[in-house]
Order: sequence, then structure tokens, then C-alpha cells
Amino acid sequence: MDTMRDRFAPVVSRLLDEDPRLAVVLAEIGKDGFREAMARHPDRVVNVGIREQLLVGAAAGLALTGLRPVVHTFASFLVERPFEQVKLDLGHQDTGAVLVSAAASFDWPAGGYTHMAPGDVALLDTLDGWTVHVPGHPDEAETLLHHAVAAGDDKVYVRLSVQSNRQGRVIDGRRFRTVREGRRGVVLAVGPVLDPVLAATEGLDVTVLYATTVRPFDAAGLRRATESAGTDVVLVEPYLAGTSTAAVTEALADVPHRVLGLGVGRRELRRYGTIEEHMAAHGLDPAALRDRIGRFAAPTRRAG
Amino acid sequence: MTITADESRTYGYADLPGLMSLMTGDEKHGPAATSTLDVLWVLYDRVLRVTPELRDDPARDRFLLSKGHGPMAYYAVLAAKGFVPVDWLPGFGSYDSPLGHHPDRVLVPGAEIGSGSLGHGLPIAVGSALGLRAQGLHDPAVWVLIGDAELDEGSNHEAIAFAGPAGLDRLHTIVVDNSSASHALPGGIAARFEAAGWSAVTVDGRDHEALYDAFTAPHPGRPHVVVARVEPKNA
Repeated sequence: MDTMRDRFAPVVSRLLDEDPRLAVVLAEIGKDGFREAMARHPDRVVNVGIREQLLVGAAAGLALTGLRPVVHTFASFLVERPFEQVKLDLGHQDTGAVLVSAAASFDWPAGGYTHMAPGDVALLDTLDGWTVHVPGHPDEAETLLHHAVAAGDDKVYVRLSVQSNRQGRVIDGRRFRTVREGRRGVVLAVGPVLDPVLAATEGLDVTVLYATTVRPFDAAGLRRATESAGTDVVLVEPYLAGTSTAAVTEALADVPHRVLGLGVGRRELRRYGTIEEHMAAHGLDPAALRDRIGRFAAPTRRAG
Repeated sequence: MTITADESRTYGYADLPGLMSLMTGDEKHGPAATSTLDVLWVLYDRVLRVTPELRDDPARDRFLLSKGHGPMAYYAVLAAKGFVPVDWLPGFGSYDSPLGHHPDRVLVPGAEIGSGSLGHGLPIAVGSALGLRAQGLHDPAVWVLIGDAELDEGSNHEAIAFAGPAGLDRLHTIVVDNSSASHALPGGIAARFEAAGWSAVTVDGRDHEALYDAFTAPHPGRPHVVVARVEPKNA
């Protein structure tokens, strides 16, 4: 199966042909995929070289003249390195762009921590007005890229990963989907962790919600799920653990509830290896998830 | 003091100190505020093709004030040219005023960017030049004003190094040099731009004719920088 990132350049290249407002800004990474598009649209596919502050600043300038920039590089270099440009050149200037990242939390474990960005969504959470798409399958990535480009001048982040669920699902770019229904809690799985979550919760009496758009957070969808499943909520996110805990708390502020936020640990692992080994190390493989979700759903009661 | 805006009145260079004093309450202004005064006046009076009526015209010239601190000269020129009402000036920096100690494009008519944090204007100007070119708007010029110490920011060097080879000949940078950088660029400011393929001129930043000549010098195929030298900040 191809990856989400394999879809990125072909999908956006087609959109460049159709939409004269679209522009692509790159900083070397990913340029090979846009070779033909660059030949067809030399003024609307720009490679600024290895200059990530300019990458985001130039995107803002493009947007100020009325274009819709799509900006792409690894998440570390797209969100973290030029963070003030994201905050000021897009946010404070009141302009928008589509930021499309690759490498996610640990798509290239042998590359080490310099190429990991488990904190990207949490960092964007300090800013107002960002839509955050976390597809869990290449088909979903394709759908969400179309949504992102078509979203007027909105600020949209699309987080592409080589991790993927086996099958894509029908998504609308806004709401959580109910994948399974139960009565003893809600497990919200974000993007590519849906398959491990479904394996982990097999036979457990819990509702499983699937999110591919996490900001804005579908508070109404979560609340609806808690009406039949109760207000014990487990978040399983493929990035920093607890990133969406505040959003859950806000959604359930007026009812007693418990939240467990699972995801990538904050501590730097300092290990190479494979994605599977990193999933296990962060407690995100099905066995570890089943243990953690099971203990949360059936808490041991203190005697007396 | 109540100021009544008179829309029929025209303002000249001689009126700028009075307009600035409405913001400072003082005829003596900080060096950050006055270092840009002559550059801004010559640009808005004789070079930029933008007026309050044209401020949403896609084909207007763009002026991006990157050096957003000490914006009194900028506000005074915008008021003199009718972009903002003169009676906004006395409220400078107050809660209800659109005029902050750093300008906000969302609040100030005619301000193309909000600035204050150094090193953002030139990269945004590069993107604006790219965006205009991509839309076939080859006539509008993009101007960005930065300070000599602001050049220390690495983001500017990313933009300088890109814009020359990219041949962004509608991009213009003005560096107002009041010798405020702690570690001045070896060889001078213009040399840094020239090495990246820019056209460069260094002039007396108080001499209106010299500024005008520098601003209007032809620079086919290359972006253009004008280094405007003014009295040192700490002199």
C-alpha cells in the first residue's frame, strides 16, 4: 500500500492544474514529487531551499496577495523550527495557509529525535483558529487535503504519517465517527492508532470513536457518545499523550467524568529501531493499550 | 487638546513633527521613531503607487514596515497621506486606539503587515513578490523597511539569499542604518546584499533627492536594496 505522503504531491499537483489560486511552497524536502508541477506552474511551485523561516514567511506573503499556499516539510521543521512565523506571519497577520507535515511522531525511528515531532499538535494548540487533520489512511489523507485546500483562507494543518490503518473510512473533515458501541466508556482513537485501538478493545464493552479532525474538537460528538457509554473517556493519540485532554475536559465540564490521555510519552526515548518498537515503548501496541484501557475502565476499588 | 480632522487639508513634510508630537506630546522624539521619517516621507510622497482609495487594489504597490518599533513616523506619514485620521494620533498606545507601539495590519488602514517582532517583514515581502508575479501582476512594487540591527535576524538572511537568485526584481528593501547593530556586518550592509545578487545603493538617509534617486534607480532582473544611513542611534 502507498503512504499518505505518496498521495500528497499527485493530489496537490492536480489541484494546481484546476485552481489558479493554489501555490506550493517547499524547502527542498518533497520537491521530487512536484517536478512536473513545477514545470507546468513555475510561479506557483516555489522551493525556497533549506530555509524554514522563509518557508512560512513567504507562504504568508503569498496569502496576502490572495493565493492559497500549501506548505510542506517534516513536522519538526514546519511547526517547531519556524513556530514564531506560524504564530505571527499566519496568525497575527490574519492570513491562512495549509501546512502539510510528514514524518509525524516517529515515522523514521532510525533517524532519531531530530526528525520526530510528537509535540506538533500540542504546540499548535497554543494558537487560535487552527484546523488539525490527522488522517489514518492514504484515502483519508486525500480527502482531507481536498478539504484543507478548499477551506477558504483558514489555517489548516494536515499531519501525514507512514503509519496507517488497514482500511480507510468515510470521513467528513469535521466530526468523529462511531466505529463501535458499548456501555462502559468511550475510547477516542485519532488517525493511525485506530487499528491498534480496535484490536485492544476487542470484547470490551466500550464505544470507540474515530477522529481524523481533532481541531476544532467535536465536543458534541463526544457528548453524544457519553450518553450511552458513560463519561469515562480514554484518548489514544498518535502524538504527545494528553494533547486533547483539555478539549475533553471542556466538552464534559458540567458532568462528572474521568479522562485518560494515552499517546507518545514526553521523555525522549533515545532509541532507533522500528515504528513497531516505538509503538510498544510508548505503550501504544494493542497489548499495552488493552492493559491500560482495561484497568481504567474497571478501576480497582479501595477496600473499606 | 481636541484635534479636528480636516479632510480637505493637505499635509507636507513640515507638518510631520507636529503630527508626531500628537503621539509623543514632545517635539523631541526617540531615535527609533525619527530614523525612518525621511525615508517614509519620500516613499509615500513620491514613489509608492498607493493611496487610501487604492489600498485594496490588487495592483497597488506594497509597503511593509518590518521595523515595527517606534512607529510614530509611520503613523504620522499615514495620517498626512489620509490613510488614518489625524484625530487618531493622540490616542497612540491607549486601549481604544488602533495605533499601538507596534502596528497591527488588522487595525491600521494602509498597514500591509503587523510587525514588532524583528525579522518577519522581508520573508513576507519575498512571498508577496512571488504571489504578485504568480498572478501576472508584474507592475506593482513590493517595498520593505528594516533596521540595520534587525538584519541580525537569520530569517532576513534566508530571504536575502533566496531573493537574489530567484530574480525578484519587484522586491525592494530599505535598510535604515543608524549603527545600532552590536556586531556590524563585515564589509558593510550593501556588500551582504550584493553578494547575494542584489542591486545595492547606499545613501544619506536624510537627503530627500538622494533617497528618491536611490529608490528609483533601475535594477533589471535583480532585487534592489537602499541602505539609508542616518545619525547613529547612540550618538
